[in-house]
Amino acid sequence: MDPARVWERDAPTSKLVESPCRASLSQTRTNGVWASGPVGVEGAKPLAFFLTMSAPLRALSSLSWRRGWVGVLSLLALPAVWFGGLYLAAIGAMFLTSFWTVDDFSGDLIPGFSLVNFRALLADPTYAHIAERTIGIAAAVTLTDIVLAWPVAFAMVRLAGPRLRAGMMAAVLIPLWSSYLARVYAWRLILSHDGVLNWALAEVGLPGLHIGYSNWAMWIVFSYLWLPFMILPVAAAVERIPPSLLEASADLGAHGLSTFRRVMLPMALPGMVAGAISTFSLTLGDYVTPMLVGGEGSDFIGNVVYSNVGVTNNIPFAAAYAVLPLCVMAGFLLVARKLGAFDAL
Amino acid sequence: MDVKTATPPIVQLEGVAKAYGGAVALAQLDLEVRTGEFFTLLGPSGSGKTTTLRLIAGFERPDRGRILLDGADVASLPPFARAVNTVFQDYALFPHLTLIENVAYGLRAKKMPKAQAHAEAEKALAAVKLAAYGSRKPAQLSGGQRQRVALARAMVNKPRVLLLDEPLGALDLKLRHQMQAELKRLQHDTGITFIYVTHDQDEALSMSDRIAVFSQGRIEQVGTPFDLYERPASEFVADFVGSSNLLGRALLRPEKIRLLPADAPVAAGEVARPGVVREAIYLGAVTRYQVALDDGSELAVMEANTVPLSDHLRLGSGSRILAVWPQSAAMTIGNQGEIP
Repeated sequence: MDPARVWERDAPTSKLVESPCRASLSQTRTNGVWASGPVGVEGAKPLAFFLTMSAPLRALSSLSWRRGWVGVLSLLALPAVWFGGLYLAAIGAMFLTSFWTVDDFSGDLIPGFSLVNFRALLADPTYAHIAERTIGIAAAVTLTDIVLAWPVAFAMVRLAGPRLRAGMMAAVLIPLWSSYLARVYAWRLILSHDGVLNWALAEVGLPGLHIGYSNWAMWIVFSYLWLPFMILPVAAAVERIPPSLLEASADLGAHGLSTFRRVMLPMALPGMVAGAISTFSLTLGDYVTPMLVGGEGSDFIGNVVYSNVGVTNNIPFAAAYAVLPLCVMAGFLLVARKLGAFDAL
Repeated sequence: MDVKTATPPIVQLEGVAKAYGGAVALAQLDLEVRTGEFFTLLGPSGSGKTTTLRLIAGFERPDRGRILLDGADVASLPPFARAVNTVFQDYALFPHLTLIENVAYGLRAKKMPKAQAHAEAEKALAAVKLAAYGSRKPAQLSGGQRQRVALARAMVNKPRVLLLDEPLGALDLKLRHQMQAELKRLQHDTGITFIYVTHDQDEALSMSDRIAVFSQGRIEQVGTPFDLYERPASEFVADFVGSSNLLGRALLRPEKIRLLPADAPVAAGEVARPGVVREAIYLGAVTRYQVALDDGSELAVMEANTVPLSDHLRLGSGSRILAVWPQSAAMTIGNQGEIP
């Protein structure tokens, strides 16, 4: 059968085509041969147009089928430009700049190779304290989020029915749609001296807590902010554990807690590490939360970088300090790889 | 007749029912498994055999009824408190643990010191011929090897009852036959009671002391392979265990029919019906004939290829024959008498 005619029948206009009016028209045109030629061709025009346009795409598709690397290359070209040209170049520039200096009088950048910034960082113990605080709170936040994420993730993928599960997923994700600043300010209202927390404590007759504008406040707010980034990968990892493994563990005499420790925890490790990469690095690089809920002397590495770029205008010094979290993160990833977290990739 | 009749029951299900939502998986099930026997739950998928196994293991709780293990009701005990172990259909080996750690898992869970548990695990691995593989991970093994690890991991705990959920389903035919013999030997050597779930009737017939045939959440018949094949209690059993011809109310196994020349004499005590061969299918060891009898009924006939065949079958399509069988070979269903 004529393919054009088949296409025409499937098209939404087929009723029109088969109407007596069109039929007689086409019959006059085609000398009584019903819908064999001209009408079909006329109707197939959009299809032919589509086929012509898609010819280069089809050629590319065939080429990448014959030569696998063509397909890989065409998929990766754009991300490669982004990653190589912007991301890696920026880190390289930062790394280079950390060895430059600033002219004290003119404020001009002096390119070169000098360790003066690193010496200054080592000379003043304040910078070591700030680094310790940043890394310490990032680690505390990561551990807290792992502890908080497990019950939520487990309930979500193993216990909840489909409706509750969707509801929990929404509850985890919705905070991410609201402004980061709004959420941090909300916590200021909760944690400050005359805030919601102390008001509630006073109502039930307990003494007030003085955790507003402190490291405790930062720990709580960061843990809250990044919790979704831990829950999602842990839930995905728990979901990947075949239920029969949990049954097998119980069958072999292990009770719930023992099954958790010996089967679930090690098997969900990649998920926890994926979440930890987010919570740890997000905390490590943040400077807004310390500014808003941290107290006097609650500076993070990011705050020092910020003030050196914006206030003091010593970009090389800021770059030198910013190399530290980069190294910490690299060390973190190495340990994660050692733990086998990337084996599944 | 059956040596196992004397042994006391080890697993008893009394009036057990289980439904998932509105779907009834088991309706009022009574079952008794005797100590030391190889007991098979046979049935098509969805017939309730796996549910029964999971109820005994403790992965499901019955809606009604009692589950007795050694005379004590275990229906409310969690799996880890029951003296049974399971070999899972997908083996359920722990992928992050070595084979030794997998096999020692149950012993460690019962607080056996590590060195002793690993020594026991090594012995168990040696018993399934995997002694050299102890430090490997499950992903490095073939399907058959994983199957044997799963077996060792369950057996090392010396369970009162070993539950096997279609353990050979994922293996190819040759390996399956090997493992059938292996399982039978292990069961015989250890004396552990096996409860074995399968939908494969050949497997059930070749391994079991007794078989329970399941259909739609009920047990159709419990009996020895001999009982089920020679004296099926229902049309379902007759059809599911082996193939069968139904002549009116009588049942006739295809291999009990002989195809003789149309003018052959008929001996006393034999039934003879004339017909035409419609189809002959060569299956290697046997040839399967589809015969149209002159009275309009159809017969499947199985004939062993006892003499060497050159390049054609003894009877071709269209041959006129006389289908002959001993009168006693035709049975009425649910009744051991013969059709006159």
